[in-house]
Amino acid sequence: MIEVEHLTKRYGHFTAVNDVSFKVEKGEILGFLGPNGAGKTTTMRILTGYMPATEGRARVAGFDVVDEPIEAKRRTGYLPETPPLYTDMTVRDYLMFCARIKGLGRGERGARVKAVMERVRVADMADRHCGKLSKGYRQRVGLAQALLANPDVLVLDEPTAGLDPKQIIETRKLIKELAGDHTVVLSTHILPEVSQTCQRVVIINKGRVVAEDTPDNLTSRLRGSESQLVQVDARGEDAVAILGTVDGVTGATVTDVKDGLTTIEIASVAGRDIRRDLAAAVVQRGWGLLELRPVRMSLEDVFLTLTTVEADTPAAGTEAA
Amino acid sequence: MSNIIAIAHKELKGYFASPIAYVVLGLFALMFGFFFYSLLLYFDRQAMQMAGPGGPPVNINDQLIRPVFLNATVILLFVLPLVTMRTYSEEKRSGTMELLLTAPVTDLEIILGKFLGAMGLFAAMLAVSLVHVGVLFWKGNPEPLPVLTTYVGLLLMGGCFISLGLLISSFTRNQIVAGMITFAAFLMLWVINWIASFVNPTAQAILNYLSITDHLDDFTRGVIDTRHLVYYISFITFSLFLTARSVDTERWRG
Repeated sequence: MIEVEHLTKRYGHFTAVNDVSFKVEKGEILGFLGPNGAGKTTTMRILTGYMPATEGRARVAGFDVVDEPIEAKRRTGYLPETPPLYTDMTVRDYLMFCARIKGLGRGERGARVKAVMERVRVADMADRHCGKLSKGYRQRVGLAQALLANPDVLVLDEPTAGLDPKQIIETRKLIKELAGDHTVVLSTHILPEVSQTCQRVVIINKGRVVAEDTPDNLTSRLRGSESQLVQVDARGEDAVAILGTVDGVTGATVTDVKDGLTTIEIASVAGRDIRRDLAAAVVQRGWGLLELRPVRMSLEDVFLTLTTVEADTPAAGTEAA
Repeated sequence: MSNIIAIAHKELKGYFASPIAYVVLGLFALMFGFFFYSLLLYFDRQAMQMAGPGGPPVNINDQLIRPVFLNATVILLFVLPLVTMRTYSEEKRSGTMELLLTAPVTDLEIILGKFLGAMGLFAAMLAVSLVHVGVLFWKGNPEPLPVLTTYVGLLLMGGCFISLGLLISSFTRNQIVAGMITFAAFLMLWVINWIASFVNPTAQAILNYLSITDHLDDFTRGVIDTRHLVYYISFITFSLFLTARSVDTERWRG
């Protein structure tokens, strides 16, 4: 449904997007993950025909966004980072205008606007001016606008940014419901959001795709990072063999050996405290337990690890080439 | 076409949803009323003096309507920047440009829509003066043709100002900056032929040709000269074309 090939966007000497390629199948939800300034918004703007790419091409529903912009735009609903609302229009007037420029017929506009307003739950604010809405409502009216023409493709730039937790949950639920009928590309810099809503994830950093993965794999990496660091005065192989059998441990690797002391990082099932079991296992063998501490990474650290790990794999190879 | 109308309609509604339309219409009514009144007093005195037997006949078209409208064009200088300054600047600032540029409409449709929207407000503004002219038709007997061509000329001249204002508004996201530059540009077009009599004949011809008000003169006399039509229409077309280029450049720069 969406094909992006070798997309590059340069602003003067600054390269915002560098050789980005990915595909999204019909009905899929693709998460676009990256820190701020990674090039997510630029990629989405190219995809929606807001700006042309310097190099490469993008196709939406088979239509090139540069060569056949009108056809491509007809099939795309876009929610920019800031919902594009006319502050002095009422929600209903605004959506009626959007319906009109999106090419909905005179007869179907009213019913469609009503249906969409109910779908994103803004019907109670229909006659309120857009400028007087709270952030949550603005975001939802923006989403309503994107849904109006029942597009094949939905491009959502940080759809949950600035919402309160309850609204975030509702929005994620809505996006999940939309998949199937629509192909969704959403961007975010929040990791759990991706694992909760998306079927596939493209991780972008400094304008480059550093990883493309399913959330399952991503989640397991996240779990892997919830680990314990153990230092014992035993040989590495022995320690790994013993500690690896402790209930709940999913992996053990020697990270450092110094002066007869072995440091081992032990990955475990998320949400389970295995420290007592680890300590017991070490003491049972008669080893000295010199250190035992949880390695807790912040989401940012996890993301950084993720991008650095990926930098050693083929993605980095192309960079060198 | 339907997209152009949709956008023109939205623009016009936008003017009336904000204070702009009321300020513009109010200011125009006030200033035009004052011009009309003062020139009417002047005309009245003149008519009294000339009214004796053997004197030249008084002509309400030449001695009242024409001066009123020629003077009133100065109001456009102040008022039209208020109309055009927000057209693109506001869309850029508030992010609604993303809505328009990602909707299945062409840049040209957006530009023409905005142009027609502003023209709509301008037409409403000119309509205010119909009251004054109506009174003249009621109490006097002016020739209708020159009045009609005056309105045609004013609409074309306003079209030039509006298209130039659109272009300037497309350069910046700051309304005030757009408004100031637009005002300065209008003023330049207004006074450009003041130096005409001091330069060589070629330059003089060019300066006179560029002067936006000079072309209105014939219209107020009841003459529609193709030379002036060509000037106004090519001015509008060129400005709108440059606006399209400006929006396109903006796309590339992001």
